[in-house]
Amino acid sequence: MLFTSYEFIGFTAILLFVYYLIPQKYQWMLLLLFSYIFYYMADPAYLIYILTTTITIYFTACLIEKNADRQSAFLKQHKETLLRDEKKAYKDGQKRIRRRTAGLCILLNIGILAAVKYTNFLIGNVNGMLQAFGQEKQLSFVSLVLPMGISFYTFQAIGYLVDVYRGTVRAEKNPLKFALFVSFFPQLVQGPISRFGDLSKSLYEKHSFDSKAVCFGLQRILWGFFKKLVIADRILTGVTTIISDIDTYNGVYAFVGMVFYTLELYADFSGGIDITIGIAEALGITVQENFNRPYFSKSLKEYWRRWHISMCSWFRDYIFYPVSASKAMQKFSKFARKHWGDSIGKRLPVYAATFIVWFATGIWHGANWNFIVWGLANWCVLMISEELEPAYMQFHNRFHLDKKPAYKLFQTARTFLLVCCLNMFDCYSSVAETFRAFGTMFTAGNWGVLREGALLNLGLSMLDYGILVFGVIVLLAVSLVQRSGSVREKIGRKPYPIRVCLWFGMFLLIILLGAYGVGYDSSQFIYNRF
Amino acid sequence: MDKLLQILSELHPDIDFETQDKLIDGMILDSFDIVTLISEISEVFDVTISAEHIIPDNFNSARALYALIQQLEDEE
Amino acid sequence: MNKGEIIFKTGITLVIVVGVLYLLQRLLVPKYVDGIVEGAFVAEYYQEKNKEFDVVFIGDCEVYENFSLVTLWEEYGINSYIRGSAEQYIWQSYYMLEDTLNYDTPQVVVFNVQSLQFNESQSEAYNRMTLEGMKWSSAKVKSILASMKEDEKFLDYVFPILRYHTRWSELTADDFKYMFSGKKVTHNGYYMRVDVKPAENVPVGRMLSDYSFGDNAWKYLDKMVELCEQKGITLILIKAPSLYPYWYDEWDAQIKDYAEEKELLYINFLQLIDEIGIDYNTDTYDAGLHMNLSGAEKLSVYLGRILSEELNVPDRRNEDDISRIWEQKIIDYESEIEVQYEYYGINKE
Repeated sequence: MLFTSYEFIGFTAILLFVYYLIPQKYQWMLLLLFSYIFYYMADPAYLIYILTTTITIYFTACLIEKNADRQSAFLKQHKETLLRDEKKAYKDGQKRIRRRTAGLCILLNIGILAAVKYTNFLIGNVNGMLQAFGQEKQLSFVSLVLPMGISFYTFQAIGYLVDVYRGTVRAEKNPLKFALFVSFFPQLVQGPISRFGDLSKSLYEKHSFDSKAVCFGLQRILWGFFKKLVIADRILTGVTTIISDIDTYNGVYAFVGMVFYTLELYADFSGGIDITIGIAEALGITVQENFNRPYFSKSLKEYWRRWHISMCSWFRDYIFYPVSASKAMQKFSKFARKHWGDSIGKRLPVYAATFIVWFATGIWHGANWNFIVWGLANWCVLMISEELEPAYMQFHNRFHLDKKPAYKLFQTARTFLLVCCLNMFDCYSSVAETFRAFGTMFTAGNWGVLREGALLNLGLSMLDYGILVFGVIVLLAVSLVQRSGSVREKIGRKPYPIRVCLWFGMFLLIILLGAYGVGYDSSQFIYNRF
Repeated sequence: MDKLLQILSELHPDIDFETQDKLIDGMILDSFDIVTLISEISEVFDVTISAEHIIPDNFNSARALYALIQQLEDEE
Repeated sequence: MNKGEIIFKTGITLVIVVGVLYLLQRLLVPKYVDGIVEGAFVAEYYQEKNKEFDVVFIGDCEVYENFSLVTLWEEYGINSYIRGSAEQYIWQSYYMLEDTLNYDTPQVVVFNVQSLQFNESQSEAYNRMTLEGMKWSSAKVKSILASMKEDEKFLDYVFPILRYHTRWSELTADDFKYMFSGKKVTHNGYYMRVDVKPAENVPVGRMLSDYSFGDNAWKYLDKMVELCEQKGITLILIKAPSLYPYWYDEWDAQIKDYAEEKELLYINFLQLIDEIGIDYNTDTYDAGLHMNLSGAEKLSVYLGRILSEELNVPDRRNEDDISRIWEQKIIDYESEIEVQYEYYGINKE
């Protein structure tokens, strides 16, 4: 069920209706039921995977917490009798048990994810190497189902387990409630990757019908549909045309393609997230934001704080910090300080840990070298700008440009273009093709074709461009207004007739301008793939 | 405490760390700073701040961070 | 704000929203008044005040372009109607019959068998032209469900605005003019053409790997026979004298056997060309695919004789009410002939 299908709209409408009719204490159970129906309808075979993850993580979390409780009870009981060293030894012992239990469970779940996602990638690479060494023999690929949203729910569940291990949240005792946390359907297919501490606050609560919350939720859904149907799915035609034939669509086309893809990616992904958050809001549930107007960022580092926030913070909290703060890394840092000087020693943990994070981020997006190179390219740019930071500081101290609006605009445009270039890695089908396409931008010298109406050769008509320009202007305007607070709140303060006209107008725009139905392929949300 | 303040001001010379208590919430320290800090603290104080200690409450002010260091020194 | 006020406000809003959507939908759906008029045929039936027809034709272009019902009336006093539309598939024909029977039960139903060649819907556009004009009934619902191709959605038939939402950029004055009522384009379902294009170089049908009709197609023919039997209707199967699309002997044999088995009358006009006097130099407007007015009138004379002499379809020329209706129809018919002669620049001989 795609978010933009009639089935999904009907499914959600029925849920909303029933949700506020039944006794409130059953609401969360209804959500669980609907989430599993949703997943079942995608493919019954998927259930095995999500159930495995749910059950293993549920029990492991309970075990860990029991151990931790027993430890504090024991320490309290023997507070007077135990020596300091004995206490420490006991604590370390127990902690080791907990760490091993959690580690085993995480390994299992990551193993499942890796098996379904990366087996064929691995086989492909082994085959490549066999060939390189002149071997005739080739391994055959295996056919494995990639369960919908597995990258998202696995991460969400692992995050919960680590939180329990760290003691930042209490383990959920009710297995069904925990199952709902893992499978909550609006965020199952493309995130956000919620934290248990955030989501559980409102997920299991009783919600009475609140017309404002429901209206706001529906408005958010509408906005998501606008982004997805009016902008993303329309621009998609152009992107597909350009990336399908590098030799014809080179040079300026490649440039246009990369800008189009970057626009599409945002409209598509953030539109989907708007629908997710909107549904949750209508249900009285708060799901954390995943975007914060990322294309207004002034540097790549800032961009990664504002784009796909839930994933980035997941990598930060569960990979970046543990790796960089690990004993091994600290030892390594000390070693480096001794041999290569303070400055390098200080930076080494950051560099090494970010390298691992970006490698992981790359491969999380897809079992393909494209994504790995994309991740590492991001890492390179981030590290280079980190190194150049002192130079920038000196420059700004001297010329004081950084306070000028024009310079800020320049920074924003620069970051946007940088993001466009980096995104080329995930829109072309291989690393080599990406470089080739990128290279033609400077060598093809065909910028003149723009004047000859080259843009009309991409499967998009003048009318399509008109709609796109309009859509992007609306998107930009809304983003600008958003900087000073919620747009819905602002509209909500207007008189009733104006409010109705605005939202009904938005609805009509989607109906009339949306790229759906006959002649348009119902296109998957891009992030469903990961 | 002075040693800690010195480390901090090396990172961001323009911040008054003695009074500032929104280092994380105010986005003054980012994740790179935190990791650099951990590495410096490990060097100077010989304590290991592990990932589970990295929560805003521990890093929002120099005082909170110092308290964490003392607590860890205590446990060592 | 009290409760009454809220209800009032919501009510007004709903009325406006639904009203605007309805108007938009009316504006955006194709009107089929110009160019491709085939999409308008099905709906015209409901405008008829008196639906007590003795003979109803069901089928595709082989019926609606080949039989002039005015001729049937003038020559034999037969009161008839054609319920046909472009490439009407056999399941659509079956449900069209069901739909027609909701209004009246005719004595004879004439069905053309060409559509047996299709075992499933071939084109969404043809589905639309046949189904959209039907009034909502269980027959329409079943017809839609039987016709939808894989990527079609039932909801798109319920709310055609979802299907035609992109037409706002192609709207013409006609879309406003005919927003609520169409223009009559047929004569009791007969689509008239007076121009001539002789049949030359008719392509020979290419070999097929399998000549047997599909199970689904047979199923609906069975259903049609059954329904007619049940209602006491005489069913006639016909094959129009179209040179193309090719009618294979193997197909003909299957229909012949079937008609024999079910004791149905089957008329293959392709074998009666000389007897009827069809001249492919003058009687077709598109090189042998369909008859023009001249051809249609000849066919009607021939079929009318069978209907009135062999099947005893009554002559109603002495009934005042019906005669009066036909008087008007004949005037319309004659005047369109004039208009078309002028349009195609043909001199009346």
